[in-house]
Amino acid sequence: MTPSVADLRALWPELIVAGAALVIMVWGTFMVQDRQSPLRWATTLALIAALSETLALGADARALFGGMYSRDAAALVLQTIALGGAVMAVWLSGDYVERTRLEAGEFYALVLVAALGTMVMAAGSDLIMIFLGLETLSIPLYVLAAYARDDLRSQEAGMKYFLLGAFSSVFFLYGIALIYGVTGSTSLVRLGAVAASDSIMLRIGIGLLLIGLAFKAAVVPFHAWAPDVYEGAPLPVTAYMSVIAKVGAFAALLRVFPGTLGAQTAQWAGALALLSILTMVLGNFAALLQTNLKRLLAYSSIAHTGFMMIGVAAGTRQGAWGVAFYLFAYTFMTLGAFAVLLMLERRGEEADQITDLTGLASRSPSLAAAMAVCMVSLAGLPPTAGFIAKFYVFAAALDAGQTALAVLGVLASVVSAYFYLRVAYTMFTGEPQGDVSFAGGRWVAAALAVAVIGVLALGVFPAPVTAFVQQLGQALR
Amino acid sequence: MTFPYLSALLFLPLCGAVVVALLGRRRSDAIRWTGLAASLAALGVAAVVFLRFASGTAGMQFEERAVWVPAAGISYHVGVDGISLPLVLLTAVIMPLALLSSWTSVTERVKEFTVSMLVLQTALLGTFLSLDLVLFYVFWDAVLVPMYFIIGLWGGSRRAYAAFKFILYTMAGSALMLVAIISLYLQSGPAGARSFDLLALRDVVVPMPLQAWLFGAFALAFAIKVPVWPLHTWLPDAHTEAPTAGSVVLAAVLLKMGTYGFLRFLLPLFPEATRQFAPLFAILAVIGILYGGAVSWAQSDMKRLVAMSSVSHLGFVTLGAFALTVEALQGSLLQMVNHGISTGGLFLLVGVLYDRTHSRLMADYGGVAALMPRFAVVATIIMLSSMALPGTNGFVGEFLILLGAFRVAPIYVVFAVGGVILSAVYLLWMYQRVMHGPVVVAARPRVVEITSRELLIFVPLILLIFGIGLYPAPLLQRSEASVRALLERVEARR
Repeated sequence: MTPSVADLRALWPELIVAGAALVIMVWGTFMVQDRQSPLRWATTLALIAALSETLALGADARALFGGMYSRDAAALVLQTIALGGAVMAVWLSGDYVERTRLEAGEFYALVLVAALGTMVMAAGSDLIMIFLGLETLSIPLYVLAAYARDDLRSQEAGMKYFLLGAFSSVFFLYGIALIYGVTGSTSLVRLGAVAASDSIMLRIGIGLLLIGLAFKAAVVPFHAWAPDVYEGAPLPVTAYMSVIAKVGAFAALLRVFPGTLGAQTAQWAGALALLSILTMVLGNFAALLQTNLKRLLAYSSIAHTGFMMIGVAAGTRQGAWGVAFYLFAYTFMTLGAFAVLLMLERRGEEADQITDLTGLASRSPSLAAAMAVCMVSLAGLPPTAGFIAKFYVFAAALDAGQTALAVLGVLASVVSAYFYLRVAYTMFTGEPQGDVSFAGGRWVAAALAVAVIGVLALGVFPAPVTAFVQQLGQALR
Repeated sequence: MTFPYLSALLFLPLCGAVVVALLGRRRSDAIRWTGLAASLAALGVAAVVFLRFASGTAGMQFEERAVWVPAAGISYHVGVDGISLPLVLLTAVIMPLALLSSWTSVTERVKEFTVSMLVLQTALLGTFLSLDLVLFYVFWDAVLVPMYFIIGLWGGSRRAYAAFKFILYTMAGSALMLVAIISLYLQSGPAGARSFDLLALRDVVVPMPLQAWLFGAFALAFAIKVPVWPLHTWLPDAHTEAPTAGSVVLAAVLLKMGTYGFLRFLLPLFPEATRQFAPLFAILAVIGILYGGAVSWAQSDMKRLVAMSSVSHLGFVTLGAFALTVEALQGSLLQMVNHGISTGGLFLLVGVLYDRTHSRLMADYGGVAALMPRFAVVATIIMLSSMALPGTNGFVGEFLILLGAFRVAPIYVVFAVGGVILSAVYLLWMYQRVMHGPVVVAARPRVVEITSRELLIFVPLILLIFGIGLYPAPLLQRSEASVRALLERVEARR
């Protein structure tokens, strides 16, 4: 079966990103070290072009490529988040990779390929497509985690991520195999049609899919890789990874669970709710003990995975679009926090200890204020994006009758206030550390500004983005 | 389209905060004046609202409504009635005084301090003006962050501990309220017709076991804020460690968020549960009155004494709220204002002394009246108000509460009166130890008479003390219709 021209036209955003990745990789090899900033521009332009093309194509319910792919509203919303996050991540990376002499075509190419993977996961309506997306997302991230070639921690992070990641991919693949065994197809539509059957093999298959995705999203108990990898990977890579992998994993979770198995909510909601609770509790309590900011943000990202799982476990449309809104909020607030870290360095190295922030407010009030906004949002306090996001998922859980889940969620959120506000508090007290200096230039500052404006805009005027993500709810089911 | 008075009132301080944030950090005086000007402007608007408020009307006035998040049934809906009006005015009066009181005592990070105070004011006003439950919750929680920084950055030696205790304690309480707010919304109708609007939710009849749970979640949040005994343990630390301006705002306004919540949300939303649990709250209130009084008596730190006395005084307010009679409710509302004036005043008095000697211990003082005669007069008046002596504002409020509560159950009043006596004991005891007796030599050179600026802070408080004490009608008239309507609502659903 040859794809029609219409099918290819619907693939424009993916083609732009893939083409740009190839061009930039080759172009980078012809550039002199230290003068590679045009690559940043090119990557940014490619991502923005893909983003505007995604928005221009809009939502289209037709099945493409024989039902393998769909450019529906779910793809529209999730690809928008992925591409927006990727643009910000590129801005975050630029100064850092230049400073550490890591800048090269392949860095940006890997960033683009990972974004492509998430886009495919967002739009895949066939398990094989989702798997391809998953691998396209993961492999560049393994390489990026180990990107600091002289740094042993980075090497270790890459290795760890790769080994555990490959393991989880196998789970996912085995899940597909079992499902194929029952349904004779890898199509999600087909899976939804036979899901009512009481086949044990089908259930195991779906469980294995869940494990594979739970690993990518860092859901407890499949989270063990996250703190070490976050800590070891170069800072901008950590930032990018924390967002792009999350968007990809939740895109697939939404497609498979509320999207395909929506009629069988009762059978899986309990398991997902349990995972959500474990993730929230462990993520938030472990974060209390951290002194390293990268590790703190790693546990924070685990904790937020738990909050997002609430929306998936609700199993409703509202839960699904709540997760999408949460991803928007999470992207802004997490990248904002990383942007602040990227604007600091300690003797030429990453300033990644909480104590490095001591007295920051007296040296740079605006930087401290920006970090405070991000921390307040991560803690889920109004009037920020984090509050509205949590509000939506809690409301979805209550609407679905999952009262215990919502209650535990709000209580976990109270625990989180302690460690986020401790970071904010540190910045406003004490004497600045002598060996911490400012780094990072206009690119990082621009990303930070976008993040902070995003956090506040989503918190104060959530209506437009809410309307946008609600389309996703209509697309699923 | 009428002028949006309430939005102007609400956002004037926030605009002030933005202006302050844009000023250079070295221009401390410009920052202080801008902050004061913004809070005075808000006071001006609040005064206009007060004067143009139609007495005898039970419903909301100056209402404004705008779509905020249509998809989730959330709107920007603000309004004022006889129940919120006194508290709005109290907030508007206290804020400029608090800023004035920190004129010389806050010298570091003046900019951050002023921004925090102004943001706090907007959040507080929003709490009292919101008629949409999510909007209310947003403001309710938004109060925490600036207050957390005010305690944590400009507070005493144990400020970090006190700030964390304050925010975690109160967040834990309000978290469950969020769940309850959403549950209430889900009860309000079929999907698509639901709303977070307070005026609509008042008519929703929540079935009983659920109603008790929701009542419990709201009540917990409010009771922690008040604080109702035995949930008061955050209060002594937060009040004692906060800077003077922070203690003043905490005592005068923040605690009222809880008691206001009783009247605004608990009573009308959950009438059956309210009637069922009212005796429990009355008993806790009486325990609080006596316990707070007794513990105050045992303090050696003046600020801690004043802080603990709030537990006792707020006990009266809680007792009035749950006595469910017109007199008691009106007294409760009036006593919220009175406590703001008198306890705010007491914290300011301690602040004046602390600025001079940097000690809060009574043992470090003695014979202050001889060195600061004008101060002694001011202190006497404010203490008498706090003791509820006839002629002062405190008397009117406490009398109405006791009168109203006596009609329901005299036994509460028998015990509560003990609190009145206790308050005279601990306050006079403090007065005697600090003001009379031999002058403590070590402190002598620093204990100088209060300045005109400091005196200026107390003048409005003294005027209000005697004004309300001798002629409370302007406040009572404005609140009466709303209070009657509220009680009718509680009684109607039997």
